[in-house]
Amino acid sequence: MKLVTGVIQPHRLDDVKSALEAAGVRGMTVSEASGYGRQKGHTEVYRGAEYTVDLVPKVRIEVLVADEDAPSIVDVVVGAAQTGKIGDGKVWTVPVDDVARVRTGEHGAAAL
Amino acid sequence: MEFELDSGNTAWMIMASSLVLLMTPGLAFFYGGMVRGKSVLNMMMMSFSAIGVAGLIWVLYGYSLTFGTDIGGIIGNPADFFGLAISDSESLMASSGVPATVAAGFQGTFAIITVALISGAIADRAKFGTWIAFAAIWVTLVYSPMAHMVWGGGLLGGDGITAALSTPIDFAGGTVVHINAGAAGLALALVLGKRKGFGTEPIRPHNLPFVMLGAALLWFGWFGFNAGSEFAADGTAGRAWVNTLVATGVAMLAWLATEKFRDGHATSLGAASGVVAGLVAITPAAAAVDTWGSIGIGVVAGILCALAVGLKYRFGFDDSLDVVGVHLVGGLVGTVLIGLFATDNAESFGVWYPDGALNGLFYGGGVTQLLTQIIVALVAVAFSFVATYLIGLLLKVTMGWRVSQEDEVGGIDLAVHGETAYETISQGSVIKEVRA
Repeated sequence: MKLVTGVIQPHRLDDVKSALEAAGVRGMTVSEASGYGRQKGHTEVYRGAEYTVDLVPKVRIEVLVADEDAPSIVDVVVGAAQTGKIGDGKVWTVPVDDVARVRTGEHGAAAL
Repeated sequence: MEFELDSGNTAWMIMASSLVLLMTPGLAFFYGGMVRGKSVLNMMMMSFSAIGVAGLIWVLYGYSLTFGTDIGGIIGNPADFFGLAISDSESLMASSGVPATVAAGFQGTFAIITVALISGAIADRAKFGTWIAFAAIWVTLVYSPMAHMVWGGGLLGGDGITAALSTPIDFAGGTVVHINAGAAGLALALVLGKRKGFGTEPIRPHNLPFVMLGAALLWFGWFGFNAGSEFAADGTAGRAWVNTLVATGVAMLAWLATEKFRDGHATSLGAASGVVAGLVAITPAAAAVDTWGSIGIGVVAGILCALAVGLKYRFGFDDSLDVVGVHLVGGLVGTVLIGLFATDNAESFGVWYPDGALNGLFYGGGVTQLLTQIIVALVAVAFSFVATYLIGLLLKVTMGWRVSQEDEVGGIDLAVHGETAYETISQGSVIKEVRA
């Protein structure tokens, strides 16, 4: 099993969500995040003082999938989140040892 | 005419003007609480900026456009009182001994709140600069003509299009303020189009205590709005005050009952909305109906407005904060029901209506007043909707109305104003340079 994590532009969330649902994903976790990548923030002026704002708002989306589905799910997220502009975010996968469904106590693939 | 100052009436009208002005910041809270946390500042800014824009235009030429010498029944002469150069003998309230500047100030607060009301139809998505331009153009080309037509001796007054029937009754602004703002809100909602997620995802109020605080401030200010529209401190003002209490409370209860019956919960948003619906509906009728009339108007307004706020989903127009459902529908309810409930029984109830008006259908006056009220209401809807739609389209092709979808989703507060209402995380900012 794999955990696919995407950190994306907040305004792409709806499209990513529907694309994942269309691809057969049945559950996900979404949280607000803030961070920076190569864009390295930007400068803002407020009430006469200039600030460097390096952490900008992002959305983190996490999906647990079977090993063989991981590459295609990554592509689905990338495809739906892409605007081509700097700050689009990143998607990565990590291996998952085990998953348990709390309600039933099932383990492994059955709990996905 | 020699002007004789009445200090009692003048003191009341200065107080009433201040009360009405407080309604606009109150509206900022009412509307601000109803939007999502990421756009509350923009929502409140639309109301606050209306005070600046409409207030300025009003003293420059808006008052004169409304109450200057009649031109074609549509508008007043803007040159008459340009910059509020006006003597007390020409005061709109000269007969009650209230000086011209006090009268003009009082009327100005009405122009301000009317513009601000429209902003509820375009929450979360309008460019701030376009809104400012709209407010200026709208006060000039829609509010002032409408107020002139109704109160300045124009087409919707006693000698206007219904002269053969009777004098229309609009005590405190059912047509001028609420039908006007409601129809304008519908037009702008159509011009701007829907927000992302409208009708597909729940867009819920982020701060209901703000909404209730705003409704409370509106109600408080509305006593100045309705009782002040008597232009004097007397028994008719007292009737308007009492009706503003009763119709409003009854409308709140009626809205809550409708909600409880239909949805299972009596909500705080419903209470706040019911209060405003009742206030809107009693406005044109404030001193023209007795206790029973105000209860009747409150019940009908509470139920109909509660049902009407669902129309935007059925017809797919994103009137975000129900300017149509509350102000257009409430304004129509009040304006039309005057045709049933109007009475000038000053003896027992302190009730009053202008010369040439008639009792309503339930008070032995037949259907004439009802017909008059319906005609005036329909003309007001048509004028406001068409004029606002055209202004909206003009601004759409010149300045543009919508912020980018990224900014709308990320929050218009940060994108347009460079601020957020509720700073939840430090964004790792460092001050680089202070511009002194």
